[in-house]
Amino acid sequence: MAAPTLPADSLLQPRAGTGLRRFRSGLASGLIVGAFVLAAVPLVALVYYIAREGLKVMSWEFLTTDLPFAQRSLEGGIYPAIVGTVVITLGATLIAVPLGVMGGIYLNEYGRRSRFAALVRFLAEILTGVPSIVMGLFIYTFWVLPRGASGFSAFAGSLALGALMLPVVIRTSEEMLKLVPHELREGSLALGSRKSRTIRTVVLPHAAPGIVSGSLLAVARAAGETAPLLFVIGATNLVNWDWLSGSNTALSVQIFGNASAPFVPAQERAFGAALTLILIVFLATALARIVTVVYTRRVSGS
Amino acid sequence: MTQVLDPAPPPPLVGGPRPPGFGVDRVFRVLALLAGLFVLVVLVCIIGVLLDSSLEWLRFEGFGSLFSLEWEPENAKFGAGAMALMTLIVSALALVIAVPISVGIALFVTEIAPRRARLPIVFVIDLLAAIPSVVFGLWMLRQLSKPLSGIYADVHAAVAGVPVLGDLLGDPSASGLSIMTAGIVVGIMITPIVTAITREVFATCPPAQKEASLALGATRWEMIRGAVFPHSRSGVVAAVIIGFGRAVGETIAVALVIGASQRLTGNLLAPGDTLASVVANQFGEASGVWRSALIGFGLVLLVITIVIGIAARSVLRRSNRRLGIV
Amino acid sequence: MTPESDMTPAATAGDTISPVDPTPTPVRPPEVPAEPASVPGREVVFNLSGVEIFYGEARAVTDVDLDIARNEISAFIGPSGCGKTTVLRSLNRMHDLTPGARVAGTITYHGEDLYGPKVDAAEVRRRIGMVFQKPNPFPKSIFDNIAYGPRINGVRKRAALEGIVEQALTRAALWGEVKDKLKSSALSLSGGQAQRLCIARALAVDPDVLLMDEPCSALDPIATARIEDLMEELKETLTIVIVTHNMQQAARVSDRTAFYTAEPDEAGRRVGKLVEYDATATIFTKPSDPRTEGYITGRFG
Repeated sequence: MAAPTLPADSLLQPRAGTGLRRFRSGLASGLIVGAFVLAAVPLVALVYYIAREGLKVMSWEFLTTDLPFAQRSLEGGIYPAIVGTVVITLGATLIAVPLGVMGGIYLNEYGRRSRFAALVRFLAEILTGVPSIVMGLFIYTFWVLPRGASGFSAFAGSLALGALMLPVVIRTSEEMLKLVPHELREGSLALGSRKSRTIRTVVLPHAAPGIVSGSLLAVARAAGETAPLLFVIGATNLVNWDWLSGSNTALSVQIFGNASAPFVPAQERAFGAALTLILIVFLATALARIVTVVYTRRVSGS
Repeated sequence: MTQVLDPAPPPPLVGGPRPPGFGVDRVFRVLALLAGLFVLVVLVCIIGVLLDSSLEWLRFEGFGSLFSLEWEPENAKFGAGAMALMTLIVSALALVIAVPISVGIALFVTEIAPRRARLPIVFVIDLLAAIPSVVFGLWMLRQLSKPLSGIYADVHAAVAGVPVLGDLLGDPSASGLSIMTAGIVVGIMITPIVTAITREVFATCPPAQKEASLALGATRWEMIRGAVFPHSRSGVVAAVIIGFGRAVGETIAVALVIGASQRLTGNLLAPGDTLASVVANQFGEASGVWRSALIGFGLVLLVITIVIGIAARSVLRRSNRRLGIV
Repeated sequence: MTPESDMTPAATAGDTISPVDPTPTPVRPPEVPAEPASVPGREVVFNLSGVEIFYGEARAVTDVDLDIARNEISAFIGPSGCGKTTVLRSLNRMHDLTPGARVAGTITYHGEDLYGPKVDAAEVRRRIGMVFQKPNPFPKSIFDNIAYGPRINGVRKRAALEGIVEQALTRAALWGEVKDKLKSSALSLSGGQAQRLCIARALAVDPDVLLMDEPCSALDPIATARIEDLMEELKETLTIVIVTHNMQQAARVSDRTAFYTAEPDEAGRRVGKLVEYDATATIFTKPSDPRTEGYITGRFG
């Protein structure tokens, strides 16, 4: 409306075609924001739905009773599956984190730009992309099958999950070690400290929060994995704390088994288990985030 | 001040007791090297073990079984072709859904969102990535497959008779379990990884280029098209390749929602099965050649993964080299 | 032929006190100014002859021949890229940590080959401490920073550590400022304090030599003056080699000065070399090489 009164060369006078360009830019911005909303919607919808359905069966008893022997049974909880998930995931952490951190140390402190280090880096990248079901098939043929019925165990599950976590931990460790200032290494070495001692007493403590945070994320992902466990941990309705022997079960496996069951109680158990699993996974993810934030604050505050 | 002149030279460097930690240093070094070596060992073991166990299948009908479309274990027919093709279809659908959304989110985070909003957004995407596959499958199966089947019926009715499209969107399955449903859930699931990579790529676009574009009077969208996209093209390609790799290997959610039909179909609204999902659904009951074939499917997936890893790497390397010259 | 032996007749005097000489020459108090010579009449800590240092294929420094005298402060000066820091880092084998770096020629330390096959680099670095351009305290408490070195060398008892920490901080003139907050983070110290902490940390392992790589370049003039006073005190018990880009600093604190410069070689690559090494007073008043004079007068205006 004001446009006609402006002189033709006024800065406020839009150039020809500006309206269309602005509209296009606005439309694109709108679409970009829309994309974010589109990604947030499934998250909110999923969490809401699982929470609503899961809360219907959730109770202290549900969390602390053994699984029923029949899928259609109204009785029973998911205690053995919780124990199984915890044992298998902790076991996988026990295997993957020390190995992964040492691997990261090799890449950043020893191998550096050597050809072998480049190869290891590349293979770790490949290993990150290996589908989890393939890891399940591998551990089944490599570990379970040769041992017959006694091959099924939480340990076999830990091997499969550990193999999935390993490249993630290696990568995180290398990235975090890279961030340790070189002056600190030199400062320590100039005092007559040996390389391994420098790594253990100066470099690793500095990188530890980042490594812990990255490893926690890897643990969270591993805890939710189903495919690698399907054929390697066996099946049981009873609690089994034994890491090394005896069939076990896990939350994810229970969800998978009950999800398509035609019986309502089974489906409800799947929802209860899913809610529990999501809580465990989110807790680990949030913890990782907190470690990162607290650490960043501590460093930037000094 | 005390004059502490020490006339005697210090003891010789060589010949005294060896200073502490020499052995530990060596052991530590070897341990680190072994940990690096372990990655190689694991990968070689996976390939070796899977190859060894799938030989029975490969010998059973020769390499033709890799491409045969017939999968009827009860009739001793173990063709991988149908599942391989449907795996590609599901992955393609997933990419069609995930890539635009991921690019959008990545642009939103790097170019549009206020600095303070970035961390929460990244956290939301992190959470999406953290949700287990089996929970996605459960959600899709229990809440969405019914409403989806209604939508499918409408869509089918709308395009009936249209060439090609009418065939692609043919008779929908009553349950809503279909290749399309699998494609949707996989699309949601690979969004976080594709977003993460594209975000990283966009973030490396030099601010000077963006400012130069804005200084010439470009609107934000023109700046993105003129400065950000050309800079990031190969990075986005790499993200798409990696996303494709994840889609191909996605198992549990697909197994729950694809409807488990091993007959090849061009109808996206009909049930199907992928290499990974058929393994999840059938491995428990399989034995003999059947089991060997399913392990062979794992080997095929592994080979695809390795090829994709190499491809993504070479694309990224090329883009880095190009940017290095600029 | 080195520039040094070409131009200073005193260089031959340096050769006469062979580092392998079994009879240690009596040490003169440093207050008595030395003759304008290499290191006549003084005990030699380092002897460098024909030293060349490579990074991969590239030659960074060449033709370095000099002796470092005990209980003196020797300064390395020269324009950037002249290799002064590179030479300094060869004196405690810090180059071992850089892949591809290589030291040719011989460097002896109290007559022993520093790069001998049986020499332990960790022990070398314990005896030959180093202070860096940027203060690099560990992200630990002040106490743990100082105790780090002694702990490496097997000191475990708390009482012993406390004694060492107090002594080291006192020698570094920092005890008074931090004695009440030994448990707080070393990162809370100011730049000058942090640098003195790093000096104390190096002193805690009781070194024989202290190498200082532009230790004051990140500090303000007051903090710099404190460090310079400290060096003056420390040379009573230590040998100090300092790299500095600040010629006034070299003139103020050092007994002997080595001037390096970078010149293109046959292939046109710039290679650092030692131009002149003499008593500091000589270098700054009547240098024998025109390049030294050009650098010094150019800088002084």
